[in-house]
Amino acid sequence: MTTAALNTKAKEKAEKATPKEFKKMAGAEMVIQALIEQGVDTIFGYPGGAVLPIYDALFKQKKIKHILCRHEQGAAHAAEGYARSTGKIGCILVTSGPGATNAVTGLTDALLDSIPLVCITGQVPTFLIGNDAFQEADTTGITRPCTKHNYLVKNVDDLPNIMHEAFHVAGTGRPGPIVIDLPKDIQFAEGNYIPKAQAITHMYQPQTEPDMERIEAAVDLIANAKKPIFYTGGGVINAGPQASKNLTEFVKTTGYPITSTLMGLGAFPAHDEQWLGMLGMHGTYEANWAMHDCDVMICIGARFDDRVTGDTKKFSPHSKKIHIDIDPSSINKNIQVDLPIIGDAGKAIEAMMKVWKKKGYKTNHEELNKWWSQIDEWRAVNCLAYKNSDTIIKPQYALERLRHHLSKQKQDVFITTEVGQHQMWAAQFLPFDKPNRWMTSGGLGTMGYGLPAAIGTQLGNPDGLVIDVAGEASILMNIQEMSTAVQYNLPVKIFILNNQWMGMVRQWQELLHGERYSQSYTESLPDFVKLAEAYGGIGLRATTPAELDDVIEKMLKTDKVTIVDVNVCQSENCFPMIPSGKAHNEMILAADAEQFDKKLV
Amino acid sequence: MVIKNNLKSKSVYGPGPGEQLIERHTLSVLVDNEPGVLARVIGLFSGRGYNIESLTVAEVSKKLNQSRMTIVTIGTPAVIDQIRHQLERLVPVHKVSDLTEQGPHVERELALIKVVGTGEKRIEAMRIADIFRARVVDSTVESFIFEVTGSPDKVDAFIELMIPLGMVNISRTGSAAISRGKEKM
Repeated sequence: MTTAALNTKAKEKAEKATPKEFKKMAGAEMVIQALIEQGVDTIFGYPGGAVLPIYDALFKQKKIKHILCRHEQGAAHAAEGYARSTGKIGCILVTSGPGATNAVTGLTDALLDSIPLVCITGQVPTFLIGNDAFQEADTTGITRPCTKHNYLVKNVDDLPNIMHEAFHVAGTGRPGPIVIDLPKDIQFAEGNYIPKAQAITHMYQPQTEPDMERIEAAVDLIANAKKPIFYTGGGVINAGPQASKNLTEFVKTTGYPITSTLMGLGAFPAHDEQWLGMLGMHGTYEANWAMHDCDVMICIGARFDDRVTGDTKKFSPHSKKIHIDIDPSSINKNIQVDLPIIGDAGKAIEAMMKVWKKKGYKTNHEELNKWWSQIDEWRAVNCLAYKNSDTIIKPQYALERLRHHLSKQKQDVFITTEVGQHQMWAAQFLPFDKPNRWMTSGGLGTMGYGLPAAIGTQLGNPDGLVIDVAGEASILMNIQEMSTAVQYNLPVKIFILNNQWMGMVRQWQELLHGERYSQSYTESLPDFVKLAEAYGGIGLRATTPAELDDVIEKMLKTDKVTIVDVNVCQSENCFPMIPSGKAHNEMILAADAEQFDKKLV
Repeated sequence: MVIKNNLKSKSVYGPGPGEQLIERHTLSVLVDNEPGVLARVIGLFSGRGYNIESLTVAEVSKKLNQSRMTIVTIGTPAVIDQIRHQLERLVPVHKVSDLTEQGPHVERELALIKVVGTGEKRIEAMRIADIFRARVVDSTVESFIFEVTGSPDKVDAFIELMIPLGMVNISRTGSAAISRGKEKM
């Protein structure tokens, strides 16, 4: 049978299956219609030959705002920032070939951090697929390992269902990015539009309700713990703001200490005394020691990443581990746990809280006080201490001043970061009291994430104060998005801790590769003040500690995108640090760094 | 089977896992019969560094548009467990059964084997084929094609015996498997 005959047959079948009252429209219009029905108000993208029909359909409507980014990677990260800060599903529209391949980094980033995205990529017409046509790439092939799921639409009548299913799959269970690859002839073809309510999306239904017997066993274990610790992650943030509220309530009820991964910052207020700070490779001394010495570990929505566990063989050797995760494949992947619970973090926390109250559990204060006095000893080490200077700005000092000024802000503050030392310092020194206020590339570690993510965040939160804490190397990876920020009047602040080095690379080379600084110094950098001005933004600079406060105050008052070039100490390292392959109790502090054996290699 | 890994590594980043016990498991995977589903499964195995010993796939339900894959894989018990969960994560995968874990199951494979020769060797090949209940599905005066079905071990044994008798080609299907008893997979 020829392809044409097959298509006709599929059409006949679709006409039989769908009642006549469904509206006929072109594929491109179906895309817009489905986006509107799914509640999309903002879409990030970049036009090109293979998506022109959709851009045409966008032109004819007013409900969806299209944000023209300057690179498809920027569009993807912007959609991530939008999704993370609003809890909605981020949307991207890019063309075939290079448009799709440019978006791949953003998609992979979203996959590793479990961010819900729907990315529509144009494709060459179905009859040209496989011919090495102009701007053709095997998008579904390329994106298969970096998406939660992807679709190639070969029949316009399948399109409405695929659109609705994509949103369902992106946001259900463990969230993730979805790609819909849409050939140009399908965008032109007419078919029956199926509204959201009638769409078939029932096939994908992962378990989200926790097993109550296990919840009861978990609560019993929690109540009888002598040295407990809560270890929470991005799963709590993804479960929605209510989950964070419930977590806070539960942790306050028990009086137990809590630490969180990089992804989970903000789920529990950092100002609370039960908060130990972030854990892991650059986590606090008290958090890592408490993880190592605890007897019951309550892991909620985190996945025992290698940056969290260090050496898995020496990871928290004496504890019973409860692991609550929505993804069964996260259980026992890196660390064997004693009590796994599959389910939504929010639902599990709520269920545990109910059981705790119903069965009248009480915290064992006598044992807990002993545990807290031990933790206080660790806290007394003051692991984030650094040697300040009058002449040169220490990056930690810059962030402390930023924190000070932000604490006086009435606006809701959102922080995004790039990747590297500045990211870890931001996680250590800035306080996060609410969920969805911290956008950082955790799993993939994508340099260049912060600026586009800040743009997406600002669009999702027009009244918020959005600051991208950046490094000078990372910011150059997506600097072109300055132009986007100017076009849409987004007053994003870019706070660059400029040490002229790829700081984290330099730090590893110093500590682990015999101080051979291979290619980590940037000999030529732009003048960031002039660069900001060239884009139509505002540029500020601080070179001495004395100038810092003034510059930060100015930055907070600007109404345009602003780059602050903070010239910081070049040799500063980020501590504490668990060297790769070492255990939680083998972390090195700033004071130890001098004694660190650099001749290990 | 025991695999030794990176034990002599002097990297400052620490050694990888040490000695590991490797098991062989047969997984039965029910999937939507749609384009790309095989690529998804194979991509998962290569992307995460899992092993495929054999893989068979064919449609099992026209009405539901579903196919069944039988995958024989090797790995540590923890890795096998991961493979099952990772497969279940794929949107078009409906059910994954670890037949080795679940208990008794039947595993069968079909092989076509071409043997070329004359005289005593030809007669010996026929005799052995008879013992293995292999059928002759094609014959010329100088060659046979045998069709043999059975457990992969039996097929291995038959092939071993045919090598000195003039075997020139083999085509094997890989294992198809199903659990014993009345329970559904």
